[in-house]
Amino acid sequence: MGMTITEKIFAKAAKRKSVTAGENVWLEVDVLMTHDVCGPPTIAIWKKEFGGKAKIWDKDKLVIFPDHYIFTKNAHANRNVDILRQFASEQSLPNYYDVGTERYKGVCHIALAEEGYNVPGTVLFGTDSHTCTSGAFGMFATGVGNTDAAFILGTGKIWEKVPESMKFTFKGKMPAYLTAKDLILRILGDIGTDGATYRAMEFDGEAIFSLSMLERMTLTNMAIEAGGMNGIIAVDDVTKKYLEEVGVAEYETFESDADAVYHSRYTYDVSKLEPLVAKPHSPDNRDTVRNVQGTKLTKCYIGSCTGGKITDFRYAASLLFGNKVKVTTFVVPASTSVAKQLEEETINGVSLKEIFEKAGCVIAESSCAACLGGPSDTIGRSVDGDVVISTTNRNFPGRMGSKSSQVYLASPLTVAASAINGVITDPREFL
Amino acid sequence: MEKKIIGKAYVLGDNIDTDQIIPAEHLVYSTSDPEELKKYGHFALSSVPIEKAGLPDGGKVFIEGENYKSDYNIIIGGSNFGCGSSREHAPLALQVAGVKVVIAESYARIFYRNSVDGGFLIPYECPEKLNDKIKTGDKVEVDVVGNKIINHTDGKSYQLNPLGDVFEIVEAGGLFEFARTAGMIS
Ligand code: SF4
Repeated sequence: MGMTITEKIFAKAAKRKSVTAGENVWLEVDVLMTHDVCGPPTIAIWKKEFGGKAKIWDKDKLVIFPDHYIFTKNAHANRNVDILRQFASEQSLPNYYDVGTERYKGVCHIALAEEGYNVPGTVLFGTDSHTCTSGAFGMFATGVGNTDAAFILGTGKIWEKVPESMKFTFKGKMPAYLTAKDLILRILGDIGTDGATYRAMEFDGEAIFSLSMLERMTLTNMAIEAGGMNGIIAVDDVTKKYLEEVGVAEYETFESDADAVYHSRYTYDVSKLEPLVAKPHSPDNRDTVRNVQGTKLTKCYIGSCTGGKITDFRYAASLLFGNKVKVTTFVVPASTSVAKQLEEETINGVSLKEIFEKAGCVIAESSCAACLGGPSDTIGRSVDGDVVISTTNRNFPGRMGSKSSQVYLASPLTVAASAINGVITDPREFL
Repeated sequence: MEKKIIGKAYVLGDNIDTDQIIPAEHLVYSTSDPEELKKYGHFALSSVPIEKAGLPDGGKVFIEGENYKSDYNIIIGGSNFGCGSSREHAPLALQVAGVKVVIAESYARIFYRNSVDGGFLIPYECPEKLNDKIKTGDKVEVDVVGNKIINHTDGKSYQLNPLGDVFEIVEAGGLFEFARTAGMIS
């Protein structure tokens, strides 16, 4: 019997010839990632369990990005970053990206890719549910809690159940008005927020392999929104080129066997899909943009690990060029290198940053910012009565701040079109 | 591991996500300082919309006033309980508030793992949908040996799915205790 790409990576990490979906195995972890919200409690558990003088299992394999509550006056939040800083110096960690220094990166999932930690065929765990983002690189990546992370810190091992796989094939050529965000919103509407619980979501098809790595990351990023354990896309030339650019030279690639067993298969023709939103208060509350067109907005938000990559800003800038926004619109680059690219990339000689400034957007520093609400002084945080359209990944009650705000999730094209009109707008109006 | 858990039920709907269980703005408190830890209990389930708080009628806050312990220690949820972020603060907050067991139709993976590996609470699955059969405030008893819940308010009882693979970790009290018993770590 053949194996899926996820099963093959599990077998490798479990040092086995083969594994079968449903069995529990112990995996050797290649990289553990943590951040300022879950790092401190992870460190506390690790110290309690292994003793104050212990050394972590492999300091080269631990990566820490402060990114969630970074630019705030909240003393408790700042204390969390102090704890990370102290831990990094105690353990002489080479991969700590401190805020306030040249090394500061921003949102962890994007920084992992940019810094070359995403390596095909490997196993990456992170104390963040969107760790599944890294699966775009043909690797197994998933989120865990602090206890599991502390266990990895001490032992380099973790138990996991081998997931069944679901396959999502996208055929056809991507129309100009469609982005990866629309594809994942389509899937979420079809299978629901628990449609992939404990399963791997494997994406393939002509349309998927035509996407850039950053767009692929939008798909794998939101696998968790369907409850998926991981999202995964096999390596192709696009992956190889990205890896070469970030200096990753050695890796092993895997592909699913033709006779691999899947829990289910879904096939879509992208030429028949249209721009979508997830209405309040769930990422699977799908509707077409056309159906909610005209909904009055109070805020627009372009940012996060889902929708704050340079590709997202390219989409947004292409519509905002020469236009003005009618409602407050936040532009939050996911990482400091995305922020830099906003200054360097141009459309007709105007930098993306200038396009956003001229359109009247508020440009914030790279971090998670209002994607998860955050402390009360967080930029872009939703307040009572807000109606927001956002390129982020979650619109649960209170996720972006006030639990009485309404959040719509959409593609960067849809958010930019909506910003120009002040009401939810189909991007085809501007294309 | 307690063999019998007796208390009052607090009933919730489907898709109770971790932002509703413990809103992100509160994730800044220390989890190792006993005084700060109480904040997690105090804010547990504080983002559940009030009309859905304590079904079937709603409008029943989980934590009264300035307390950090709840009057309720058994949660009955629907499907996909604990979806959303990986924050272990979610089962922790419920534990600090006094919750011993959650019974839901299904769980999101990370919440389920965190509950088990951190030894915070017992996440039982029930093949039957219980959140329209049990009411908030009902006096219930969970039998961890027989995998049963008995509702003393109306005398009905329901079978729960056995914990299966994770039973040993639950019984040990968490992943570290389990690994010590198994000789994996010292
Ligand atoms: S940007 Fe949002 S979803 Fe991404 S890691 Fe930060 S808080 Fe999580």
